[in-house]
Amino acid sequence: MAEKVLMKGNEAIAEAAILAGCRHYFGYPITPQTEVAAYMAKRMPKIGGTFLQAESELAAINMVIGVASTGKRAMTSSSSPGISLKCEGLSYLAGCDLPALVVNVERGGPGLGGIQPSQSDYFQATRGSGHGDFHMIVLAPASVQEMAALTMKGFDLADKYRMTSMILADGTMGQMMEPVVLEAPEPVVYEKPWALTGTDGKRPHNIVNSLYLVPEDLERTNFARYERYRTVEENEAAAESFMTEDADIVVVAFGIAARVSKNAILAAREKGIRVGLIRPITLWPFPKAVIAGAASHAKRFISVELSMGQMIEDVRLAMDCARPVTLVNRAGGMIPSPDEVLAAIETAQGGLKA
Amino acid sequence: MIVFEKPKSLTDAPLHYCPGCTHGIIHRLVAEAIDELGIEGRTIGVASVGCSVMAYNYFTVDMVQAAHGRAPAVATGVKRSDPSKIVFTYQGDGDLASIGTCETVHSAARGENITIIFVNNAIYGMTGGQMAPTSLPGQVTQTSPYGRDVATQGYPIKMCEMLSQLDGASYLERVAVNSVKNVKNAKRAILRAFKNQVEGKGFSLIEVISTCPTNWGMTPDKALAWVEEKMIPYYPLGVYKDKYAEVK
Amino acid sequence: MTTQILITGFGGQGILFSGKFLAYKAMMEGSQVSWLPSYGPEMRGGTASCSVIVSDSAVGSPIVTRPDVLIAMNLPSLDRYESAVVPGGIIIADSTLIERGVNRADVRAFRIPATQMAADEGITTLANMIIVGKLIRECDAISYDNLDEALAKVVSARHKEMLDLNRRAIDVGYQYEG
Repeated sequence: MAEKVLMKGNEAIAEAAILAGCRHYFGYPITPQTEVAAYMAKRMPKIGGTFLQAESELAAINMVIGVASTGKRAMTSSSSPGISLKCEGLSYLAGCDLPALVVNVERGGPGLGGIQPSQSDYFQATRGSGHGDFHMIVLAPASVQEMAALTMKGFDLADKYRMTSMILADGTMGQMMEPVVLEAPEPVVYEKPWALTGTDGKRPHNIVNSLYLVPEDLERTNFARYERYRTVEENEAAAESFMTEDADIVVVAFGIAARVSKNAILAAREKGIRVGLIRPITLWPFPKAVIAGAASHAKRFISVELSMGQMIEDVRLAMDCARPVTLVNRAGGMIPSPDEVLAAIETAQGGLKA
Repeated sequence: MIVFEKPKSLTDAPLHYCPGCTHGIIHRLVAEAIDELGIEGRTIGVASVGCSVMAYNYFTVDMVQAAHGRAPAVATGVKRSDPSKIVFTYQGDGDLASIGTCETVHSAARGENITIIFVNNAIYGMTGGQMAPTSLPGQVTQTSPYGRDVATQGYPIKMCEMLSQLDGASYLERVAVNSVKNVKNAKRAILRAFKNQVEGKGFSLIEVISTCPTNWGMTPDKALAWVEEKMIPYYPLGVYKDKYAEVK
Repeated sequence: MTTQILITGFGGQGILFSGKFLAYKAMMEGSQVSWLPSYGPEMRGGTASCSVIVSDSAVGSPIVTRPDVLIAMNLPSLDRYESAVVPGGIIIADSTLIERGVNRADVRAFRIPATQMAADEGITTLANMIIVGKLIRECDAISYDNLDEALAKVVSARHKEMLDLNRRAIDVGYQYEG
């Protein structure tokens, strides 16, 4: 068993990517994710890998496209404003059905915003990561160990479904240190007959492309892709449920918001309030069945977010608005305190009695 | 006796280019270079956005289609993934000298061991004839209907001259394909640009002065003459940089 | 049992380092831990803070808002965080840099002239670790055992000579009476 070490979330992502076989990293400096690049700059040259500081986020994501088209694992990382620049590439990755891993250690926005933690790129990650119809697999770690685990899982899911996996973290997750045990996963071989490896004169040429000028052809690729997405939705949605079995009130939160909410839930339980937490681990696919299942007994839901309220829409949709959902939120780099969440739980409890 | 045949590295797909367009000649020169170096099986091409967007259908090598302007970044990724592969981009003037200037400059500055074929015909062809970064002063296009006014629309960019200032660039040459003599010379330059990569000599870019009879509103022969009379005087042919020039 | 430690001061005083040491020490004792820095402009000289949580169960929020232990290495930090300390908690202040005393009567307050002591000992950069020594003495969450092993985790192998100096700083603080 590997040694337990204290590591920053950003560093855990980088080391986990290396353990998952990624040897190509491209990035551009931006706070608060720079440790990913710094770690890669140190390690990659020593293991025969590539670390390249690109001239821009646009260039970085397109370098990822280049490596991905050859069938190898590649990644880039950035923070909110940089991810906006990468959106063009995210659309092309989807259109070309290429696997890749992209990390967003979110900060407050819009615009240049700030550098403190945020979750306000939820819509961008789960709905509008670029032009055209497509999805990414969006993973939301809530601990340093999970930063590592989901990075490894992200590469596997990307290869399995020929999709982009995004780690949607925030400044807190990137900057905090926690004990972590890093072990290389069992290698799985994913056949990539589409990869550009040179024809060697032995096969017709492979073409990695997203252009289809005949609308019937383009439509067919979209339907086929969404067929694959349905498989992902059926098989890969994941969530952690905490004290939800008997819950009258269910808090839904991911990442740092879930960590804060756990404190509030424990405090509320001490006061005799039956409250639990659903923590989505995949934001796309959203764990709809878990939410819908909880709505069979819970009367009220609370969505805790570091945004103006984005995930709350998915919470409502997951249960067809069957229960009221209130929002506890801070924005711009602020984080809700356990007391704020507790107050919302107590208000919800009061509503139950009324 | 066969006196003329299609290069092996070109597919049988009929080219979609307009009559009189010189893309066909340049495609052929690239394919001939690949054939002569015997690198077809290990070459990977990067198509760009513009008239040559469907170049991936015309070369028999593995191909990836890049977003507008990003071909040098995609090529960087492909090359870094496996440096034993021969990687080339095929880009027009809007792609390389406008929306992709940053990627062009920085791939050259890094000295990426790739080959760039830069087709400069002073206009956006695919979108119907808009002003390009390389459109000549006074040139009439759809978006410079009164002629390119340098006071408001700026000056053309001379890419070879600009890139020649970069230490990372290895080989930069501007050629044309408007006459048999120039085509032969272009063939030599393109072959050299691929050979450089095979030999690990770094970033090579060949700027090919080309035509667009359709959007220039000229017959093919008038277009070839316009290259000689207008384009070449503004964009002088020749070698702009050659780190490994043979001493004569 | 959860102990929330908030370490505060100026950037450059080793705030994050001492937090990292405490987190490692607690982790090696079998505790659950988290370490969270304030990040950003304070790298260039403003106030810095570091949240360390030590617990016998999984750590929830890594953000310390109600510290059980507050280390204040400058006046602005004491002014800002003194009132947040839980009743019965601990405040350790560097009295070389903070002239005023601790106003709270419901906490255990310790004033230690760590910066002066570090200068006297010829280890001027290690006032932070002198305070860590005091914390280890006053706070049950961190034990005095196996200090060297924990130090070896946070002191770079290239600066082996720093191991002994850090150890001396901790001992100086641990032995301080006051």
